[in-house]
Amino acid sequence: MAHIQLNDIRKSYGAAEVIKGVDLEIRAGEFMVFVGPSGCGKSTLLRLISGLTSISSGDLMFDGARMNSKVPSDRGIAMVFQSYALYPHMTVYENMAFGMKLAKSGKAAIRARVEKAAEMLQIGHLLDRLPRQLSGGQRQRVAIGRAICRDPRVFLFDEPLSNLDAALRVATRLEIAKLHHEMEQTTMVYVTHDQVEAMTLADRICVLRDGKVEQVGTPAELYEKPNSTFVAGFIGSPKMNLLTGEVAGDFGCRTLGIRPEHVDITAEGALWTGTVVHAEDLGSDTYLYVDVGAEEPVVVRREGRRAVALGETLGLRPRPEHLHRFDGGGLPLH
Amino acid sequence: MTDMTAPLTQARPRALRQEPDLEARRRRAAFWFLAPMLAMLVCVAAWPLARSIYFSFTDTTLTSLYDGRWVGFDNYLSYRQLSSGRAVWRGTLADPAWWNAVWNTVRFAAISVSLETVLGLMVALVLNVRFPMRGLVRAAILIPWAIPTIVSAKMWGWMLNDQFGILNDMMLRAGLISEKIAWTANAETAMAAVILVDVWKTTPFMALLCLAGLQMVPRDIYEAAKVDGVHPVKVFFRVTLPLVRPALMVAVIFRMLDALRMFDLVYVLTPNSSATKTMSILSRENLIEFDKFAYGSAQSTLLFALIAVFVSLYIWLGKVDLGGRKPA
Repeated sequence: MAHIQLNDIRKSYGAAEVIKGVDLEIRAGEFMVFVGPSGCGKSTLLRLISGLTSISSGDLMFDGARMNSKVPSDRGIAMVFQSYALYPHMTVYENMAFGMKLAKSGKAAIRARVEKAAEMLQIGHLLDRLPRQLSGGQRQRVAIGRAICRDPRVFLFDEPLSNLDAALRVATRLEIAKLHHEMEQTTMVYVTHDQVEAMTLADRICVLRDGKVEQVGTPAELYEKPNSTFVAGFIGSPKMNLLTGEVAGDFGCRTLGIRPEHVDITAEGALWTGTVVHAEDLGSDTYLYVDVGAEEPVVVRREGRRAVALGETLGLRPRPEHLHRFDGGGLPLH
Repeated sequence: MTDMTAPLTQARPRALRQEPDLEARRRRAAFWFLAPMLAMLVCVAAWPLARSIYFSFTDTTLTSLYDGRWVGFDNYLSYRQLSSGRAVWRGTLADPAWWNAVWNTVRFAAISVSLETVLGLMVALVLNVRFPMRGLVRAAILIPWAIPTIVSAKMWGWMLNDQFGILNDMMLRAGLISEKIAWTANAETAMAAVILVDVWKTTPFMALLCLAGLQMVPRDIYEAAKVDGVHPVKVFFRVTLPLVRPALMVAVIFRMLDALRMFDLVYVLTPNSSATKTMSILSRENLIEFDKFAYGSAQSTLLFALIAVFVSLYIWLGKVDLGGRKPA
């Protein structure tokens, strides 16, 4: 259980500053997700918290104690790496037990701990295997198991699902969510570039952009009240429509945001009319791309499978309560 | 594994027979690609080797290469009862000079390769760390390896010289020795001198092979070990060493092959010293200088056999996991 505090954390490599002053509080027992496009500094920020990379300036506090100069193993952290980072020549059991130093309790205690972690992740039957004999999903579970064995105050995940295929990613995501419920004493920090992972796992999300915090909030807050066009475009799938030009000008703003699920197709009282230029049928939903004369077509989400002929003319009406208006600097107008 | 693949491999030929046999065509193409190399190997390796082995069973001399008679194992070992009743053993295997050379060679190979392995691994570990001008240092460290052996042997010969050698001078000034030592001429120090120069020369090669092995070890497992709080020494012995073992094995085999047939360094640095005479040196002496061509051939053949046995043993031992686990 640790309350993490980042005060004006900076990291530079030579002249290049990659983390440009991050202030952030991660509450004890919270699941915090760092999300952002590649190169935004989210992995670097995680490595600064882990101690694998040193902090250039600022304070990192765990429960009020300064951590800047502590080595990773003294911070009470455990980390799950994108590439699993298992020791290839050791069995699953050895991988999980390798880092453990239980001076007094000895081997029996280590075995008990490993078996408990293995049971939590249902990898008990794999303990004698080598990593190369496991599938990607199993390997990642072993890596998570190894981290659990450390009984950490803070659990760090560095894009743990990126190397898994789509189906496994969903399954392992559920696994991690379950883990969070079982280990409610443990603070978890999770890095991903996938906003779906962020939305489904996080208690709170921290959106990073270019080494700075763009917005921090619960998934619902970020979805409903993005405080910049960047967050608006990043959170939510499919992306929010961000319309510029005349269409936005009608609403007295520079950029008008409306999510695909908040646009109705209607014959009467339509605000915009346009032709369907593309349709994506996902089975449960259909995404229609409608050219209403803005720079990019408006994406409209319709439930179910409804065939729409390309070139068909549709009337669209955005729900006014879900409109997001942004000024020229990308900040919201109220 | 085998249970699953067995039915597949059985089913395959039947399915293939109905179509044009792609597999056979590919194999034929592979053979033609390999043929020039195979022909080359037969000419430069297999044929000379076969001739040497053949000569070792004859009484061929350098002056009459094609008139040798078959003498069986006489060059290796023969037994004769003199009229006086005294039994005489003859042949290489009863020759003290040969056994001296075997002992010299094995001792030289074991000590120098061990030293080179340890030093090479240490150098590789240093070179594997990022530091300024690493590329330059990596290149510089290869210089001893790049210098021809004859040149470096001569160079060291001068440095080790008892009268005007720089090493004697330096050690005298430092008070390490009380009088000048004839390093290469002295029977007690000659082997040490040869090993010293060989280690100097081939450590870079070892380091390079070790470095290649080290670079195959994924960096993130070191980070995992750091998070786990594993002591660096333990990380080296439990993680790094097991993971570079395959590369290290290859490097040791390469060096061992070289060391067991050591010739040039000894030939230049300590000529005619029985303290350093190796199997290759002795065999060349007999072949060329003493006009015992067949006898020398027998010694060459024995050297070949020794190396072959050593390499097979090493590979076999390397595959057996001493921890009792199944081989990888």
